[in-house]
Amino acid sequence: MSEIILDRQHAPDLGLAAKARAKIRTRRATPVTQDGPWLRAILVTLAAAFLLFFLVLPLVAVFYEALRGGIATYFAALTEPDALSAIQLTLTVAAIAVPMNVLFGIAAAWAIAKFDFKGKSFLVTLIDLPFSVSPVVAGLIYVLLFGAQGLFGPFLQAHHIQVIFAIPGIVLATVFVTFPYVARELIPLMESQGTLDEEVALTLGASGWTTFWRVTLPNIKWALLYGVLLCNARAMGEFGAVSVVSGHIRGYTNTMPLHVEILYNEYNIQAAFAVASLLALLALVTLATKTLLEIYFGENLGGKARRQ
Amino acid sequence: MLSSLRRPSILPGFGFAFGITLAYLGLIVLLPLSALVLRASGLGVSGLWAIATEPRVLAALKVSFGLALAAATVNAVFGTIVAWVLVRYEFPGRRLLDAAVDLPFALPTAVAGIALASIYAPNGWVGSLVAPLGWKIAFTPLGIAIALVFVGLPFIVRTIQPVLLDLESDVEEAAATLGASRLRTLLQVVLPVLVPAILTGFALAFARGVGEYGSVIFIAGNLPFVSEIAPLLIVVKLEGFDYTGATAIATLMLGAAFLVLLAVNLIQAVARRRLGNV
Repeated sequence: MSEIILDRQHAPDLGLAAKARAKIRTRRATPVTQDGPWLRAILVTLAAAFLLFFLVLPLVAVFYEALRGGIATYFAALTEPDALSAIQLTLTVAAIAVPMNVLFGIAAAWAIAKFDFKGKSFLVTLIDLPFSVSPVVAGLIYVLLFGAQGLFGPFLQAHHIQVIFAIPGIVLATVFVTFPYVARELIPLMESQGTLDEEVALTLGASGWTTFWRVTLPNIKWALLYGVLLCNARAMGEFGAVSVVSGHIRGYTNTMPLHVEILYNEYNIQAAFAVASLLALLALVTLATKTLLEIYFGENLGGKARRQ
Repeated sequence: MLSSLRRPSILPGFGFAFGITLAYLGLIVLLPLSALVLRASGLGVSGLWAIATEPRVLAALKVSFGLALAAATVNAVFGTIVAWVLVRYEFPGRRLLDAAVDLPFALPTAVAGIALASIYAPNGWVGSLVAPLGWKIAFTPLGIAIALVFVGLPFIVRTIQPVLLDLESDVEEAAATLGASRLRTLLQVVLPVLVPAILTGFALAFARGVGEYGSVIFIAGNLPFVSEIAPLLIVVKLEGFDYTGATAIATLMLGAAFLVLLAVNLIQAVARRRLGNV
């Protein structure tokens, strides 16, 4: 060790210093905490095989089955009217549900991360609640509330408002299951950032809104994007909750995942996988963007919380 | 009144943000959930018990809970190995594998469901391999377990990874210095520190497995008493306009979810006190 330090002190140029640093690195590698080559090989093989078999194989199967009958049938399945209306409905629902949860997420994170109040951890637990509720139960609670036999059923019927088996129900169920995504990305990050930046801005005379737009928002933009990404992927792909409230009316209340189910159950396998491949593509784009965000802006994503 | 409950701050907007949070939480989550609890309370404990012990309901609950437990156990073993390999080893393709772990979070459940069903069906890639042996995977409980392994894996890996990253190597060095073999160090020094994280991940994967619907129903076969899961039975009851039955099963599942949430908080509280991590 001392010899290396001497080397570094007397190193006449950068090249030698770099060499010395490399030497330090090799010297400091601690073989006792490294597994033997055999254990390494076995564990890496085991882990890789497990991931490839259980996670990657299904993904490959989606694209294989989708393209098996040729490119022409693939695009025919995607451009057929029912498929188009399912795509449109999925986009519409996500376009409503995601902004709603973004607004809520920012408000909740502002209140929870920037202020100290009693019952905070309980509030956080409540926000996390939709994650532990089965999607089917999430759909059921809206049926019990707004369905024909539900709590508000008679009122809604008297006013000719349909929530269940209609688009409002689909939006509500989607909002429920994607509820925590944005908030839980923002809360840990904003907690770790503290309130100093905002206090400085306010002291310098900025208004509350200016402080938020010019100080807080730029600080959290990557984590926000990360949360929106996950929220959107779940919103477009939600199946169980939406399935319970939608009524599966073709061309009207069919989202993409529900359309996949109908086609599959009709033994129209290739068309089912064609629509599924669009959703799989969305998942891949989400994963890729997410990984890039973690590589380039990892420290701006709120530490441990970025691992869901 | 609010100001007496919170520490003073010069930052504006607490009332506004807190108000939005409470209103939105109340309308979207708490009100609908209380509709379920209200309806279930009308049944009473005896009514709930009567429905829960109906043979078909009992069988579905057993399938859901039993297979979720089995899948979470498989994931606890392989998830720990995967997390270890991803954190401690450097090898080509590591980043790609790390990204792949999140696939079950990102891939819609219905898509995973039909993909798994096609792979494990008797004429599928894996199904046709085991068919000559007389094995059947799809449309049996084994198929359900495989779907649950798929959806549960990221919960375990992503819970263990940060703990492994924070782990200092000094205890491992000490163990090695004291003459322990590498395997003994791993099993008796490293593994015990990981136990709270493994248990937390196990509980999360289990809870997810109990409630999982989309990725299971295509591969399950959905045979009552054999491969019918509890969430599917809720749907079946709803389609038959048996709202009471659906409510009862949903309430039981919600209760189980609460227990798991409680268990996770407990594990983490104990771990924080004893080990100062997780």
